Amino acid sequence: MSLRFDITPGSPQPIYEQIEGQIRRWIATGTLKEGDQLPSVRALAEQLTVNPNTVARAYSELTAEGLVASHAGRGVFIAARRQIYSEEERLRRLSCAMKRFFDETAFLDIPLAEILRRLEAAGTDYFTHSPKP
Amino acid sequence: MSEYVIETQGLTKYFGKTCVVSELNLKVPKGSIFGFLGRNGAGKSTTIRMLLGLVEPSRGSAQVLGKDCWNLSPDDRASIGYLPEGHHVYGWMTIEECGKFQAAFYKHWNSSIFDAVLSHFRLDRKNRAGNLSRGQRAGLCLALVLAPEPELLILDDPALGLDPVARRSLIQSMLYVTRTTDRTILFSSHLLSDVERVADEIAVLDRGTLRASCKLETFRQHVRQFVIRHDGNEPPLPDLPGLLQTFRTDTETSLTFANIGPAEIQRIQVLTGNRIEEVPLSLEDAFVTYVGERGAKSFFTKDLEDVK
Repeated sequence: MSLRFDITPGSPQPIYEQIEGQIRRWIATGTLKEGDQLPSVRALAEQLTVNPNTVARAYSELTAEGLVASHAGRGVFIAARRQIYSEEERLRRLSCAMKRFFDETAFLDIPLAEILRRLEAAGTDYFTHSPKP
Repeated sequence: MSEYVIETQGLTKYFGKTCVVSELNLKVPKGSIFGFLGRNGAGKSTTIRMLLGLVEPSRGSAQVLGKDCWNLSPDDRASIGYLPEGHHVYGWMTIEECGKFQAAFYKHWNSSIFDAVLSHFRLDRKNRAGNLSRGQRAGLCLALVLAPEPELLILDDPALGLDPVARRSLIQSMLYVTRTTDRTILFSSHLLSDVERVADEIAVLDRGTLRASCKLETFRQHVRQFVIRHDGNEPPLPDLPGLLQTFRTDTETSLTFANIGPAEIQRIQVLTGNRIEEVPLSLEDAFVTYVGERGAKSFFTKDLEDVK
């Protein structure tokens, strides 16, 4: 399977975070499933024309989170879905993400009820029919 | 051999009474792709020319591949590839002749690399060098500098004047060269999105003074922007250390800092009632702010500083 990454150098988000974010999203939406193999560091670096260390950094962040696992000599694979964070930590991360969301939206003067309605619709859409890469 | 392919100690150059490079202490790790950044006239080319023994330092010293740069032997020079600014070629030679001419100066010449770079840039070896476009000349120059398989490549603004396709070919060639870990590239550039693609480390030279020397990501982590949102009455702020730039609109004040620590961030949070939010900066915005008009030379960013 050839994954279609979309990398924008020059953006406020570092390239390794862009790679990381896209893989994370493909895992979350089921496009990448347990046991699927990711391209090698060198192959992906070549495909995206970026420094291999940038790809390696993205992979190592994902490895540290338990989302992917590397098997020496065979490559990097999507790991079994498991939670490495405690419930407390998951809730802490959720409130961080919510705070960022509200920081951005508080100034738009959209009533909270409207925000929540749209959030539910977008969330349902995200988890059911996300576009395949 | 040391883990650094280039090391300088207090390297300084005066042209007349003008100091163009001041007390430069630079270390380029072996195997890295090292981006040498700075505005026009910052002293990048002069530094490069001192490293190659083409310009004599006024003070200080430099070692390249472990050898003193003012006493490089022909063999030492053969392991350094230098691409000067401007992609100069002998216009009356064909590409083929350029290759043969250059090869005659080297003990080691890998003609399959020469051919591969030519075909990567889609160059016909029967063409006269004088008839090539800027991008094609860049390709020819790159083929000439890569064929001897130098341990260290020094490229002075190699992307200058290139179209996006030629720039991409250049970057691909740079990544290809460093696929074996013992090859090092030092290159200067103004195209920060290209730098972001390839560089492991960067150095920032500002009016002759080294202002940063660290991993690219470290630099980004050390130049940070915060936005304070308010109702039209800006909360009073004290003198903040490391403040590079302030930008105000009716309801927002945006502050950019170098090397700000967690204690200062917390202080601003308290003073502003937590109406503060970090806004990520692109590498280019970070660079422009860091060496911008305000121009204090007092900030220095390196890997050893840990502000996180």
